[in-house]
Amino acid sequence: MDLSSINPLLLLASLMVASTPILLAALGELVAERAGVLNLGVEGMMITGAACGIIFSALTGNAWVGFAGAALGGLLLSFLFAVLTQVLLSNQVATGLALTLFGLGLSALLGQSFADARPPAFPKLDMPILSDLPVLGPVLFRHDGMVYVGLLLVVAVWYFLTRTRAGLILRAVGENHEAAHALGYRVVLIRFGAIMFGGACAGLGGAYISLVRVPQWTEGMTAGAGWIALAIVVFAGWKPVRLLLGAYLFGGVTVLQLNLQAAGLAIPVEYLSMSPYVATILVLVILAAGRAPGSLGKTFHASR
Amino acid sequence: MKRRTLLKTGATAAFAAALGAPLRAQNAPMKVGFVYVGPINDGGWTQHHHHSAKEMVEHFGDAVELVYQESVPEGPDAERVMTQMCLQGCQIIFTTSFGFMDPTINVAAKFPDVKFEHATGYKTADNVSVYSARFYEGRAIQGHLAGNMTESNRVGYIASVPIPEVVRGINSAFIHARKVNPDVEFKIIWIFEWLNPAKEADAAKALIEQGCDVVLQHTDSTAPHAAAKEAGGVYTFGQAADMAEFAPMPRISSIIDNWAPYYIDRVQAAMDGTWESVNTWQGIGEGMVGIGEISSAVPDDIKAEAEAMRDAIAAGDYHPFTGPLSKQDGTQFLAEGEVADDGLLAGMNFYVEGIEGDIPS
Amino acid sequence: MIALERRPQPSRAWSYLSPLLAVIVTMIVGGIVFAALGKPPVEAIRTIFWDPLFGDFASYFRPQLLVKAAPLILIAIGLSFGFRAGIWNIGAEGQYIMGALFGAGFALAFYPSEARWLIFPLMIVVGTLGGLLWAMIPGLLRVHFRTNEILVSLMLVYVADFMLDAMALGLLRNPEGMGFPGSRNLQQYPAAHNAELIANTGMHWGVIAAFFAVVAAYILLSRHVFGFNVRLAGQSPRAAAFAGVSADRMVLICMGLSGGLAGMAGMFEVAGPSGQVLASFNVGYGFTAIIVAFLGRLHPVGILLAGFLMALTYIGGELAQMNLQLPRSAIQLFQGMLLFFLLAVDVMTNFRIRLGRKKVA
Repeated sequence: MDLSSINPLLLLASLMVASTPILLAALGELVAERAGVLNLGVEGMMITGAACGIIFSALTGNAWVGFAGAALGGLLLSFLFAVLTQVLLSNQVATGLALTLFGLGLSALLGQSFADARPPAFPKLDMPILSDLPVLGPVLFRHDGMVYVGLLLVVAVWYFLTRTRAGLILRAVGENHEAAHALGYRVVLIRFGAIMFGGACAGLGGAYISLVRVPQWTEGMTAGAGWIALAIVVFAGWKPVRLLLGAYLFGGVTVLQLNLQAAGLAIPVEYLSMSPYVATILVLVILAAGRAPGSLGKTFHASR
Repeated sequence: MKRRTLLKTGATAAFAAALGAPLRAQNAPMKVGFVYVGPINDGGWTQHHHHSAKEMVEHFGDAVELVYQESVPEGPDAERVMTQMCLQGCQIIFTTSFGFMDPTINVAAKFPDVKFEHATGYKTADNVSVYSARFYEGRAIQGHLAGNMTESNRVGYIASVPIPEVVRGINSAFIHARKVNPDVEFKIIWIFEWLNPAKEADAAKALIEQGCDVVLQHTDSTAPHAAAKEAGGVYTFGQAADMAEFAPMPRISSIIDNWAPYYIDRVQAAMDGTWESVNTWQGIGEGMVGIGEISSAVPDDIKAEAEAMRDAIAAGDYHPFTGPLSKQDGTQFLAEGEVADDGLLAGMNFYVEGIEGDIPS
Repeated sequence: MIALERRPQPSRAWSYLSPLLAVIVTMIVGGIVFAALGKPPVEAIRTIFWDPLFGDFASYFRPQLLVKAAPLILIAIGLSFGFRAGIWNIGAEGQYIMGALFGAGFALAFYPSEARWLIFPLMIVVGTLGGLLWAMIPGLLRVHFRTNEILVSLMLVYVADFMLDAMALGLLRNPEGMGFPGSRNLQQYPAAHNAELIANTGMHWGVIAAFFAVVAAYILLSRHVFGFNVRLAGQSPRAAAFAGVSADRMVLICMGLSGGLAGMAGMFEVAGPSGQVLASFNVGYGFTAIIVAFLGRLHPVGILLAGFLMALTYIGGELAQMNLQLPRSAIQLFQGMLLFFLLAVDVMTNFRIRLGRKKVA
């Protein structure tokens, strides 16, 4: 055993990268859930994003176009979910599960001729001065653009939900859709927006795996990241800043687990891997503040 | 056949009889079935089986017809897929994952006329053969290269699932790395999966961050190569596929799965009526294990040594597990000059002396 | 402007017609997709929906439909009570795993026992208990701490999944398994084997349990006060409270019922068709059963039919892959579409479409 071979700074830096896909996907799901919509199809939207990312970047040779395409792919898939659950009033749980199945099939079909495609290099932003800071420099300021997009989005969502009128309305819709409707807000329209934001974010998260973290296309390559994103939203008690913490915890456990193994520490991998989920349940129990939005998962129909 | 007599015959015979004779016409092409555990474009294990299967079909032309099913879950679904293949008239079926072992044995018992070939297992029957490749021979060459190339004396190993095949590979690589470099140590990460690109990438990064400048992998994706390339100055090896797009750096050589000669052999035997249940374990010599081009990043003398070792193994002059060798706890399991037999290799569930850590259980 | 208007009474006609409509629409759209992939659309649809039931080897596939549908139906029946009462157990997958682990673990603890009369019945009890206890966690947490049972039950799926990995590799690993992960095969352990009761019918105890569950659920829902209370709790929690139905007790009963049945399904599966505790044991039945419950409109007979429909698309999909080389992804896409359409048309049961009049939504 040689724990000294683990460099905590490098560990922190890798953790930020490893957590980016689940952070992005979880952020989108958080907004959807704050609007009262439980979309269990995150995995399906992520994997579709991963496939679209490869396709768009391979065709244009530009990784940013790849990300845009991935966001679009995730958004279109979530639009399907929105139509089903908001217009045709299908059950959200069942529809989300079906969406995952659909997304896995769709992505495999779309991606089948791109298995050999290698996405274009995605450069790291070498920020002058900042990246040379001792300690903080290598940890915080030597990543690629999407890591910062993820962090900026966290701030933006936090600001939107807590500091803007539109965010207030969105939360009201999620808390009690009957009341929000009575006040004259367009419940269905607002939820469409929230769902599609969720889809676009999940698409971005998926593409981060296929374009940056791996980078290549393999069927089913998100390997459950979408489900982890769902857990993070709960862990965070539907709060954006705590979401960041949750994403680092869940992503961190994976990175830490691998690092401990490499350092020769005999660890029970399965028990360590399940610990964040147990922690999430404990958080749900202990923190009363972590109460789910009141209308979460409930079908809304404006009857006169 | 009357219902009553049908009930009297044994369950096994009744099974085939009750369903009618499988579709099999005279002079029609021989149907050959393949059951895959992953998608056919996984870039690794399944893709190479499928590739070899297609080579086999090319060899025989119209005389054979390929029937395959991808991404079959190990368990009752596999059993049903194999039965479907038998009913469709497949005369020989290759099941290409360890987890298909018990289903293969079950279905084979119901269709005594169909021949089965199960990859990497250990259970045989009159109509079930097993076949596997001596990948540890290739690992010896990788170990030799790794021991020579490392400057930090730290070699990373991304291990997949803790089964004897993987443990054997780790041991073989370690033995030969230590031989040329007494200071070398192995850092081993188990990811408990055969293919998970994201996790492989993370594992490779963790190893590199902990000072490994050579990363070996027993997992199928190219993600570790991409991570090594990004880090710079790290050497890797292709797994299952040549992964030549990462040559000359970081990929300096590879182990290539080549099942085609075996598939051609066995289908030919089935056609000729000479097929018998066998336990095949082939290596570099027979061509089942290919060693990819050693790239220009490796100095010529080391490359020559590695190639000499490859040729010696192929010719049967050298066995990677030649004593004296001891287990992790120091007890000797091979005396001076003694060579490991296949029984010992097949059940290898211990690390050799010098490797730190435990095999997960 | 098109608007939906709630029907005063759910339409009986539409509740029967809508699934039919969905299947037809799926066939049309699916056919277009298959045609776009260069496959014969009519033949593909026929292979999926017709061949397993009436094709060449229907006598094999029909029993297989039972085997595939039984766990789905058993789990979905259990879930349907809670779903009707507004209690959302979506962790059936985890309860299914725990049922299998408890059942198999119990049997293996007494290995090798010959007391089938004791082992097998107790396995059913222990397996059911395993699922029930696992479901009690979200149940009790909701009752005592008001936590959301959807989320807790979902989290526990992951925990159960890792538990399965740990068991397959550790505690339940077959000591005679040549170092490979996975438990002993219960199919070779007569006291614990959930075998076919009549050869080649697919009938095992799990299938019988599923049918029994359908009948029992039907009687409970239509004739028993419990069924009335469940429906009351779902439609109007306040009215239920007035009628003396304790909401907390309802939560515990519904969670327990669904968890117990999921656990039982897991136990029957591991002791029968699957045989082994393996990391790949669970194939998503617990999640698919949620969809089955909704496709069946939470009605026992509907669930029975929906279970068979799902099983049909699995088995027919495999046939289409094998015979027409349709990629597996196309089959997955097709299944997803079928589910979407089935979920979408249900709106017709409770709503009618109004044209022309503008209305604030």
